[in-house]
Order: sequence, then structure tokens, then C-alpha cells
Amino acid sequence: MKIAISSTGNELSSQVDPRFGRCQEFIIFDSETLEFEAISNEAINAAGGAGIKAAQLVVDKGAEVVITGNIGPNAFNVLAGADIRVFVGAAGTIQNVIDSYKDGKLQEANQPTSSPGGRGAV
Amino acid sequence: MIISIASGKGGTGKTTISTNLAFSLVQSGRNVQLLDCDVEEPNAHIFLDLENKIKENVFLPVPQIDEEKCTLCGKCAEVCVYNALFIAKDRVMFFPQLCHSCGGCSYFCPREAISEIDRVIGEIGAGDACLTRGSTYGIEFAYGKLNIGEVMAPPLMRKLKKRIDEDKVVIIDAPPGTSCPMIEAVKGSDFCFLITEPTPFGLNDLKLAVETLKVLKIPFAVLINRWNEEYFEVDSYCEKENISIAMRIPLERKIAELYSRGILFSKELPEWQKAFCKLFDFIEALRK
Repeated sequence: MKIAISSTGNELSSQVDPRFGRCQEFIIFDSETLEFEAISNEAINAAGGAGIKAAQLVVDKGAEVVITGNIGPNAFNVLAGADIRVFVGAAGTIQNVIDSYKDGKLQEANQPTSSPGGRGAV
Repeated sequence: MIISIASGKGGTGKTTISTNLAFSLVQSGRNVQLLDCDVEEPNAHIFLDLENKIKENVFLPVPQIDEEKCTLCGKCAEVCVYNALFIAKDRVMFFPQLCHSCGGCSYFCPREAISEIDRVIGEIGAGDACLTRGSTYGIEFAYGKLNIGEVMAPPLMRKLKKRIDEDKVVIIDAPPGTSCPMIEAVKGSDFCFLITEPTPFGLNDLKLAVETLKVLKIPFAVLINRWNEEYFEVDSYCEKENISIAMRIPLERKIAELYSRGILFSKELPEWQKAFCKLFDFIEALRK
């Protein structure tokens, strides 16, 4: 299963980017092969709808789980529409976050946690 | 002639100036049209009693997806630079607030699964403001009003500006700021008055508005509202930049009281009508 994590860099030692739509990179981690791929987030400079575009990016990569800091309403809705589970409040390195996810320590979002436009928690 | 009334900062008195200027010009025998282009919060009508009112809805075309024909190929989401479309597992999700009605999605859909339907984003209202009992003159007034939650002000303003009658003196009450709605409002004006107040905030936002108008190549002058003799930085800035200050409205209790009651102060203090008419003469002199 593929997991997409919003990241500030392209390594497992990179810090999680708390923003989803406007994060620097996505780390796509495969929980079966334990391999990962870093993709740069094309949505980072979108004039609007960054969350939607970023969501399309991770969906097209075949991710089934998204891990991030905060998620806005548009991104939350489209990820729900694509049957993707979203975990929020993640911080630390990508490796830490993957471990926390495996240990069931991450909080699953059942509603958006920020307003549109990456303006942080409401 | 089209005169727009704009300002970088909100609450400096654009509507006060627009309505008093319109009224004063009508009193001096001119045919005047006043357009309230502050479509997110139109309020010029508060100063005016309208007759012969009409109202019409304003629509924007947005995509409608025929799920029978759609194969979820993703072309529409790919071409949408506004990210208003998302390909989910079993359907295309559409975000109307992000759509700019460019028509790209329906044009590029390889299955012809996208048609365009009208979506209401707001309304345009119009009427005649008859300002003096028994007077045959009136202000031809129109406003645009964006529905709550809608963000596409410029298309609504373009629709409103189609009503412009260039045989009249057209006064455009612009929205504050220097972004798309303000630019859409002042675009095409022959002249613009930038309203400011004598405060550091007024000056800061005035500078932004000045830069904007320079890019748009619209001639302008500054008008200071709530003028007092305590803060002269606006004067210094205008002098340095060689910008005319066309009028100063003092910070006076009587003017503030009339305003707070929704009364045009130039109606109660007729000496101001002459001053407002001079603004028009000021532009005409510059244009010669």
C-alpha cells in the first residue's frame, strides 16, 4: 500500500511539511516493498485550488493513505471522494511519521483541519 | 467621460465622494450615471432614494458533466489551471468557486461529455435616484451585488459596466484595494480620484494605489478625506511624486453627522456642491 506524506525535502530524514496543498514535496512510501519515491508538489505555486491539485497528484500516484499536518476543506473532500484515508497532526521526520503510522499513533481526520488557502488550523 | 473613485485603503470615503460628486453634478445640470462597482459590499444606494427599480440575476457558465459519456480520463482536470476539477474514483468533482468560466474543460473533453450551464453568482440592480423634489434631473444609478460566498467579482463588474452610457458623466465607485476587483472597476476610466485619509495607513495604501494606476496608465489626482492639520505625510508624498491634491474634506462634526444619518452632506451644505463641480472642471482642464 502506498502512503503519501507531505514533506519539506526528498529524504526519509526530511521534516514533515505541515501544509498539504502547498507542501514542498510528497514522499510516496510503499509499505510492502519499503521503497519510497519523492515527487515535487506542482501545486505549490497554484493561484488557487492547490489542495485539489495536490490531491490529484497523490491519487494519480496510487496512494491510499495521506499523512500531513493540516488539511483544508477542498482537499479533504476530494480525498474522501477518492476513498483515501487522511491522517493529520503529523510532525517530525518522515521516518518518525511512518513509524507512528505503523504503531497506530496518528490521528485520522474526519473533517478538515484548516481553512482554504493554507492558512493553518481554524 | 468616465471618472472612477478608488482607494487603496477601505473606509476612506469612496462612496461618500462618489454620491456627493454625482449629486453635485446633477444639480449643476449634467447628466450623470453612477455605478456602484463595490460588488462585495455595495452601499451607495443608502444615500439615494431609488425609483423605477429593476433587478436581474447575473450568471456565469460552468461545466456540467454527463456521467454516461465521461470515462474519467482526466483531461478536464489537467487543462483546468484553476484546479476546479478533480478526478475521483467514480466521478469528476467540480468546485464552482474556483471556476473562472474559461470553457477549457468542455473544449478539450475528448468524449464531449462536458456542457456548460448557467450558475447565478449575483445580481445587478438599477434605478433612478431623484434627489430634489420636483426636479426633472436624477442620477441614473446601478449596482452589482455578489452573492455571499462567491468570489468572482470581475465578471459581475464587467456585466455591470456594460450599462455605461458615455454620453453622460459616468462615476464609478470602485472597491478598495489594488487587486483584480479594483483594477476591473477603474479599467477604461478617463480619470481616477484616489481617496485617502491623513494617517500612516491611508498613506501606505495610497502608495500602492498610485503604483497600480501608473501601470494602468490612468491619469489621477488625490483627494484627502477627514483632513486635519496633524499629519502632513500625505502632502509631502504627493509633493515629492508630483501628484495633485484636488480636494480636502475636513474632519468636521457636521459632515460626519450627516454621513452617519445616510444624508449627502453636499445636499445639506450646498457650498460643497460648487467644490465637487470644481473636481469635474479640474479634470476637463487637465484633458485640454
